[in-house]
Amino acid sequence: MADLETFRGETRAWLDAQCPSTLRGQDAPVAAVWGGRKWQPAHPDQRVWLERCAERGFTAPTWPKEFGGGGLSKDEAKILAQEMRALRLPPPLLGFGLTMIGPTLLQYGTDDQKREHLPPICRGEIRWCQGYSEPGAGSDLAGLQTRAEDCGDHYLLNGSKIWTSDADQADWIFALVRTDPEAKKQEGITFLLLDMETPGVSVSPIQLISGASPFCETYFENAKALKKDVVFKVNAGWTVAKALLGHERTMVAEAFGSGEGSRATLAERARRYLPGAEAAGPLPDATLRDRIVQVEMDTRSFALTMQRSRDAAKAGQQPGPESSIFKVVGTELNQRRQELLMDIAGPQGLGWEGEGFESDELDLTRSWLRSRGNTIEGGTSEIQRNVIAKRVLGLPD
Amino acid sequence: MELILTEDQELIAKTAADFAAERSPVARVRELRDGRDATGFSRDLWKEMADLGWVGIPFAEAHGGADLGLAELALVLEALGRTLAPEPFLSTVLLGGGALAAQGSAEQQEQWLPGVVSGDKLLALAYQGPESRYDLAVTGATARREGDEWVLDGEKIQVLDGHVADALLVSARSSGSEGETEGISLFLVPKDRAGLEIVRQIRVDHRNAAGVRLSGVRVGADEVLGAIDGAGAILEQVVDRATVGLCAEMLGGMQQAFDLTLEHLKSREQFGEVIGTFQALKHRAADIFIEIELARSVVMAAARAADEGASDLRQLVSLAKVRCGDAYVHVTNEGVQMYGGVGMTDEYDIGFYMKRARAAQLTFGDSSHHRDRWAKLGGY
Ligand SMILES: Cc1cc2nc3c(=O)[nH]c(=O)nc-3n(C[C@H](O)[C@H](O)[C@H](O)COP(=O)(O)OP(=O)(O)OC[C@H]3O[C@@H](n4cnc5c(N)ncnc54)[C@H](O)[C@@H]3O)c2cc1C
Repeated sequence: MADLETFRGETRAWLDAQCPSTLRGQDAPVAAVWGGRKWQPAHPDQRVWLERCAERGFTAPTWPKEFGGGGLSKDEAKILAQEMRALRLPPPLLGFGLTMIGPTLLQYGTDDQKREHLPPICRGEIRWCQGYSEPGAGSDLAGLQTRAEDCGDHYLLNGSKIWTSDADQADWIFALVRTDPEAKKQEGITFLLLDMETPGVSVSPIQLISGASPFCETYFENAKALKKDVVFKVNAGWTVAKALLGHERTMVAEAFGSGEGSRATLAERARRYLPGAEAAGPLPDATLRDRIVQVEMDTRSFALTMQRSRDAAKAGQQPGPESSIFKVVGTELNQRRQELLMDIAGPQGLGWEGEGFESDELDLTRSWLRSRGNTIEGGTSEIQRNVIAKRVLGLPD
Repeated sequence: MELILTEDQELIAKTAADFAAERSPVARVRELRDGRDATGFSRDLWKEMADLGWVGIPFAEAHGGADLGLAELALVLEALGRTLAPEPFLSTVLLGGGALAAQGSAEQQEQWLPGVVSGDKLLALAYQGPESRYDLAVTGATARREGDEWVLDGEKIQVLDGHVADALLVSARSSGSEGETEGISLFLVPKDRAGLEIVRQIRVDHRNAAGVRLSGVRVGADEVLGAIDGAGAILEQVVDRATVGLCAEMLGGMQQAFDLTLEHLKSREQFGEVIGTFQALKHRAADIFIEIELARSVVMAAARAADEGASDLRQLVSLAKVRCGDAYVHVTNEGVQMYGGVGMTDEYDIGFYMKRARAAQLTFGDSSHHRDRWAKLGGY
């Protein structure tokens, strides 16, 4: 324990000294850092902060040092996250590399694959996207049709993916492709890595209801994939795919499980918007106050459940059935929070762009709209409930 | 705080679960009800639980107790909650015993606690008057000084296990006015004291409670618990601890009600299939599962917060009560619905759980009371 406290002290001092002041406080850039070849920092200090953190292994704190991580224990990583929050520092780097393909390669990749891909992820040099869904294969993902034809030393890819988040910004894609059309649908799928600059790969952005266009349709026309870029075994991609979905769901849950983070609490926001609520004491709108309590209570319950799961994992126990609920609870909770934030803001929550609205109000509108996708992406809430009913409760098909 | 069970705790949970299943099936609750049993629970079984060390879990070793925490007691209560065992843990151990352990003088503790721990003496806390609803600062009774003595008058309702308690701990207003935390005192009143009238009440959950009338009841200075006028905060602490215990019981009850419902979903056939194949029911079952998982986490957290004296204990107690109250009611309502017609019959156990869920939800503050408390503690 004393060691952990030493670690906490050193980490706090390091973070405080190394994070440029331009990235902290009111005027810090809003745009998060996703890295990659095409990345244009919103402020040059974002690159400085990224490089310093990567150097110390703090972009991927728990990954082994030899692959660019920090080699930290879970307890140390938790302290790092706490200190980052306490100092209100922006995360140096986000992305599917860190949260999805990285952990999956650590589990299923060869040493060569780890050496090739993990360090550039940690340094924010390569940005990844996820090529799972297809126009005809969403919830029924195993029905995917993108063909990979065996041509001796390589595969030829033909088909299309859809809803590929940030495909137009990404450098590499991890994709599920059909290598054996004769086999049962789960048994003919292979998990492949592919450089987006490969000839025959193209993308076209799709606009979302929130106005942004972070996802794309991705086409493969005789695109050449190398055999060394198969993860795990040919026709065993479904196993890898499911493991990655596990990481994805954990990531989504953790993103929503921590609640407010450094932002204003719901009650503080209500004081800003409700007439007559400036003074201390009970909020004047009793119904809204009760809704705030419900969201806060559910957020706390969810955080405690994630803690219970982490504590069990730390004690060496297998993940219990509680982990199956994280995706559905975390995303539905975030949607309720976003709707409540809109209701708290009242007419000021209706801004789309331009005059008459603060910038955080415009963000609010967009993030409410974006949150509707939370219960669709990464396996819909209905699919999550099917999984709980079948795998955890043993209810028959 | 760590939200896992130690090996010792696992053992307590397992022993208690086996005991509940073998010695205390729901059939026993039926017999007590149908036979209009005068005690309403089994004194023999209570003695056995005391011999197993469960009654003494939270009490000091000096009084024969195990000096363990709510984290351990919660495991026993969860197991007993699964089979709706009506033995007087809440009244004797957490409420009456809790108040004595927190505020009793050395003599008072010596006089009562060893007997409580051995399973021979029963206690009850009379904290709730006809006008209290969930406000502990509305006592329904007054205390007036007369020389060295105090004279108590007033009325208490639904005193848990009040009809069999050897002594009642009675909250009464000794100064100020109802609704104020200051000015409340606690008195230890033996059951046969003149002016004390105790009438058993029959509730929907077939648990034991009593109405109590105090008419000029005289108590000595040595029967005052703690400081005169200073019991308000203590009362809140004691009831908070009992609330955590009740939540653990509710957790066990909702888990069992859900297990029964799942069994039914896997065996009842309609349209040539078991009804558990219907997605409309599957998704609702998944929702129940989610609620129980969340409830388990908050109960564990609240019990540990109490043991560690955490600064946000009161928030966690309210959180646990809301979560467990809402979940238990939801799970049992859904249980009756998914059983169909048989769910409405007295013959099936699911109805017993639904009744207990409602009673538990309305004990120690309902969900809106605790949501309001959470907001107040949060400064809004
Ligand atoms: C914001 C966003 C980002 C995304 N990013 C990516 C990405 O980067 N890469 C990627 O590969 N994919 C991505 N997706 C795609 C996502 O994984 C799919 O949208 C999702 O799996 C659902 O598939 P679908 O859209 O085809 O809907 P469908 O499968 O057609 O579902 C339509 C409706 O039917 C319901 N339904 C379907 N089957 C069942 C069933 N068996 N039981 C009950 N209800 C059912 C669904 O729950 C849903 O409500 C993203 C999606 C969104 C919204």
